Amino acid sequence: MPNLDRGHPIGKDYPGVKMDIAVLIKYVPDSTAKITVSGDRVNESAVSKWSISPFDEYALEAALSIKESAGASVTAITCGPSRSEKGLRDAAAVGADALVHVAIDDLTSLDSTKMQALLAAAVQNTGASIVFCGKQAADTNAGSTGPGVAELMGAACITGVTEVGADDSGLSALRTTSGGAERVTLSAPCVLTFDKTDSELRRPNVKGIMMAKKKAIGSHDAASLGVDVSGSTANIASHAPPAEKAPGQMFEGASNVDDVVQKLRNEAKVL
Amino acid sequence: MDVTIIAEANKDGIHPVTAQMVTAAVKIGAAPTVLCPGGLGSDSAASIEGVGSVISVEGDCFASFDGGSWATSLNSASGSGTVFAAATPNGREIAARMAASRGIPVLQDATEISDGLTIQRPIYSGKAMETVKVDGDCVVTIRPNAFPAAGSGGSASVSTVNHSTDVNVTVQEAIAKASARLDVAEADIVISGGRGMGSIDNWSALEEVADQIGAAVGASRAVVDEWGLSHSIQVGQTGKVVTPTLYIAVGISGAIQHLAGMRSSKYIVAINKDADAPIFGVADYGIVANWEDALPALKDAFSSL
Ligand SMILES: Cc1cc2nc3c(=O)[nH]c(=O)nc-3n(C[C@H](O)[C@H](O)[C@H](O)COP(=O)(O)OP(=O)(O)OC[C@H]3O[C@@H](n4cnc5c(N)ncnc54)[C@H](O)[C@@H]3O)c2cc1C
Ligand SMILES: Nc1ncnc2c1ncn2[C@@H]1O[C@H](COP(=O)(O)O)[C@@H](O)[C@H]1O
Repeated sequence: MPNLDRGHPIGKDYPGVKMDIAVLIKYVPDSTAKITVSGDRVNESAVSKWSISPFDEYALEAALSIKESAGASVTAITCGPSRSEKGLRDAAAVGADALVHVAIDDLTSLDSTKMQALLAAAVQNTGASIVFCGKQAADTNAGSTGPGVAELMGAACITGVTEVGADDSGLSALRTTSGGAERVTLSAPCVLTFDKTDSELRRPNVKGIMMAKKKAIGSHDAASLGVDVSGSTANIASHAPPAEKAPGQMFEGASNVDDVVQKLRNEAKVL
Repeated sequence: MDVTIIAEANKDGIHPVTAQMVTAAVKIGAAPTVLCPGGLGSDSAASIEGVGSVISVEGDCFASFDGGSWATSLNSASGSGTVFAAATPNGREIAARMAASRGIPVLQDATEISDGLTIQRPIYSGKAMETVKVDGDCVVTIRPNAFPAAGSGGSASVSTVNHSTDVNVTVQEAIAKASARLDVAEADIVISGGRGMGSIDNWSALEEVADQIGAAVGASRAVVDEWGLSHSIQVGQTGKVVTPTLYIAVGISGAIQHLAGMRSSKYIVAINKDADAPIFGVADYGIVANWEDALPALKDAFSSL
């Protein structure tokens, strides 16, 4: 029996709630933050601002709009060091019902098998059978977690979702494909990874922020979830800044366009 | 080392990244087995130099895309060892599921690989590079255009297996792209416009130049959001990451989130009226000019090539 510790009791057994959605949110360096490398590792302590990873915000927004339209409970789950709790509070301020923090000091010490095992266990513990997450995190840029967690849950998965709706028979979603888009249907258990959607992201109001400050956070770690996080077989050897690019050639005025095109042909040999 | 490659192909043929994956596999001493989901591209795969053998993996589940059922079928058709797939949206999904089901790690978007196994990959949208050492089997996705394609002189044997798996994702409707234009993520040349283009009414000026050289048209997020352009052409952190041989940015300031999507292009040309625009910091050729003057000049120059 899972040890249901997710802040406070919610769930589809409560009036008005038809489904439980878990949203995976990763707290990452803001997209405007400068990334520096020192001593062979990205220097996290030099990051000026942390935020919920952009695609996760669209995942959260989609869950909150299903909550409004169809009736759902929304549990935000994050795994990371203590600073990640701020991401949970930000999620609560816009409407997440329950918050779960899986404490891991250094996420980069875990390979995908460990990361996914932790998140799948945390999801299972909430009782949710629908998971929304980002199509890729802003730090790893991987896109592994959604499908990986789905595999561990024995769930269906679709990636690159730009629109979703729910009714009694399941979920209907639009996903991006190489040829355009596809409208697909699937039912729980399922994992949806979100691309940017057309939805305006809701912003917190003062009341939401005050409530979020008081909201309980269900705390876990690897041991309480019963996951062995030792023994990753893919380990980071080093980080490095990107290869320096030689400074480019600058030209003043449109009269040089022809010159540049000649250079593209003769110097760069790309035309 | 045993390497299985998941071919990237569709009804129109095999994707060039498949032959690039073969180069990466040969580099670490493998004569890879290439699995062709749904049998697509198996003849072309057999002719790639360095390929050990080709397996057409047939089954009803390959009629539409469900990463979960594809991964299960492909896992049953392949032996143990390391698996390569393409770092495309479908390839990444299949790779993640195959790895999770085998209990081995997945490493996405490798741009370099060496025996042992060590892989390199961009992180933070190219703001840093990561080197990962793997002990044991893993699944790796290979970034398109990161490796040269292997030649086409091979003649590997092709066998067929049938492995279908239940499908849990039902496709109700396929919606074709609004325009028949090239995909920015696939094109060799991308020409992108930003807010400096003034208004959507001027967009055709960009499209005309693109058509002239067979380029895809891209856009900054500002104009996708404000002018209602399709998100599928947005380049950047919350759009597509593109690595064409030539990227031409017109009237784009070069915000850090835009650079995240295009800075790994082989050559970058920037056209902007502001000499201090950050886009010039990543440009190989920067032209300080109004698009109103530069685009007609570009058109003339291309037509006299
Ligand atoms: C979380 C997050 C994610 C984001 N993701 C993306 C993303 O994926 N992609 C993206 O592009 N942005 C993204 N952005 C937005 C980004 O920060 C910028 O706002 C956006 O890229 C600016 O677009 P722009 O360069 O077209 O417009 P502007 O910044 O307004 O630049 C217009 C440029 O045009 C030049 N100009 C003006 N008139 C002319 C003329 N006549 N001829 C030539 N040049 C002219 C100006 O000098 C200026 O440099 C994101 C932002 C956030 C916060
Ligand atoms: N440590 C984490 N905590 C919460 N969610 C995560 C974490 N890592 C990944 N995710 C989710 O999985 C998505 C894809 O991550 P990735 O596979 O690393 O690209 C992210 O956008 C998040 O929604």
